[in-house]
Amino acid sequence: MKLLLRFDSKTVKEPVLSKATLKTGTLINILRASVGARRGEILIEVDDKKAKEVEDILKKQGVEVFELLEAVQKDEERCVHCGACVSICPTEAITFNGEKRVILDAERCVHCGACVKVCPTRALSLPL
Amino acid sequence: MVKTIEEINQKIREGNVVVVTAAEMKEIVEELGAEKAAKEVDVVTTGTFGAMCSSGAFFNFGHSDPPIKMQRVWMNDVEAYTGIAAVDAYLGAAQLSETVEEYGGSHVIEELVKGREVELRATAYGTDCYPRKEIVTEISLEDVNQAVMLNPRNAYQRYNAATNSSDRLLRTYMGTLLPNFGNVTFAGTGEISPLNNDPEYRTIGVGTRIFLCGAKGYVIGEGTQHAPPYGTLMVKGNLKEMKPEYMKAAFFPGYGATLFVGIGIPIPILDADMARFTAVRNSQIETKIIDFGVARRDRPVVRKVTYEELISGKVEINGEEVRVSPLSSFYMAEKIMKELKREIGRGEFFLTAPVDRIPTKGVFKPMRQKEIKVVKSVMVEAHTISPDTTIEEAARIMIDKGINHLPVVEKDVLVGIITSWDIAKAVARKRKGVIREIMTRKVIYTHPDEPVEVAARKMEKNDISALPVVDSRKKVLGIVTSEDLSRLIAR
Repeated sequence: MKLLLRFDSKTVKEPVLSKATLKTGTLINILRASVGARRGEILIEVDDKKAKEVEDILKKQGVEVFELLEAVQKDEERCVHCGACVSICPTEAITFNGEKRVILDAERCVHCGACVKVCPTRALSLPL
Repeated sequence: MVKTIEEINQKIREGNVVVVTAAEMKEIVEELGAEKAAKEVDVVTTGTFGAMCSSGAFFNFGHSDPPIKMQRVWMNDVEAYTGIAAVDAYLGAAQLSETVEEYGGSHVIEELVKGREVELRATAYGTDCYPRKEIVTEISLEDVNQAVMLNPRNAYQRYNAATNSSDRLLRTYMGTLLPNFGNVTFAGTGEISPLNNDPEYRTIGVGTRIFLCGAKGYVIGEGTQHAPPYGTLMVKGNLKEMKPEYMKAAFFPGYGATLFVGIGIPIPILDADMARFTAVRNSQIETKIIDFGVARRDRPVVRKVTYEELISGKVEINGEEVRVSPLSSFYMAEKIMKELKREIGRGEFFLTAPVDRIPTKGVFKPMRQKEIKVVKSVMVEAHTISPDTTIEEAARIMIDKGINHLPVVEKDVLVGIITSWDIAKAVARKRKGVIREIMTRKVIYTHPDEPVEVAARKMEKNDISALPVVDSRKKVLGIVTSEDLSRLIAR
């Protein structure tokens, strides 16, 4: 499962991920991280079975945790399937299907928002 | 064997016309050969759906009481051109709103086609016959007398693909281009695009009836910048009859508003030659990938490429695989071909013979300019220093010469730049030492032949006030400052 973690000025200084790994014995895969001096956002992937446990530990340390079950959201009424987003996506989560429609793969999406910024019809948005 | 348009229309009336999409026709000709395919097939439908900036609509709003001769007019705060009769105006798809961000003429057109009302606002100077000076009202497509989509340049036969060699992200009308050849974008639908299926413009010409955004429209003539095989069409159609699903307002980030226009054109298969033309494949349609990293009119060609390669989603540039984005929708183009096929099959859409041919030759000339001002003409002598100069010595040079920028040079090569602000900072922090420790190493520079507009944009984008001018070996030839440039513009 993918978890989006938001850190405030206090938690951003703590080694929260290492603590969570040590306590749960779970491997945590960092998909994307943007950490500044006063706040940060990290997208991690953990084993589904261990997700709840990791979540609890992180929350206890003051980290905001969001479960990401879906990919970037696409408004089907606005999308014209031009594919401007296809070559922008760093994880190749956006592709054409057999009908030449643009489709998103939730598994691969790391919620970076690159596609959201390039969409000419404003059809894409981040769920959070 | 030769067929006429009238014979085909008779078949449409009788309900026994054979219509196939351009995609289907490739297979048919491959299987049967052109002669036999021409006997079997009467009409091939083609389609394209892409962002076409050169689009817009003419409106006649009707007269107010008391009447107004509109001098300026806005629709949802997007200005339309009204330098024609009193209540006629042309709203361009690419015109931007004066109040709402990322909203333009295309969005107004889309709202109207969706049946929504928009605000109409106009001002005037007042005459004896048109005394009114101002009006604000709400209008919908039902309220206006005419709403005619008229697009000066649509349906490009083929188009240059785009990439970006520079080290910064570019936001262009060809979409967002990632740095260092990070991606390629292209436009046009290749082998299913109308003009590629009639490359000699035998059947597509003045007066050709077409499918335009869900309505019946017409080709008025060749489009602006028509330069075969980069042919274009000028088209018109009744906005009131259009369907929102076949058009879409768009905003290319960092560039501006544009309109996705859906066009379908039926090609009559009059003889074996027409069958052969409509069998064209993406592998036979060539274009160029050009480098938007160079902000000039004549952008360098990176390589030649076919639509087959572009559509595959990956092309090779300098030995590396680069991912490709189409900017035209193949899904929508296909949908349009199928819809047009259905309409012809049902006897709802008849073909036309062109009233006149559009040119099969044409060149796209550059603008006649008085002169192109280049950096060389405004640059001044640069005082350079070595990185081992002390901060104190650099400060003294700046004051002596009355300048704010010193390019830092080592072995004849530009290695940094120091500004009076850097010196002030160093002094405020009581720093002693040499320039090497405080200079900016990533220098933004220009070349003597770069146009001044490009140099000015570099300064604006990077929020800096001077650019060293260097040759291809990064030897400093001079410096150009924002003061020099503003003096030039003030003249």
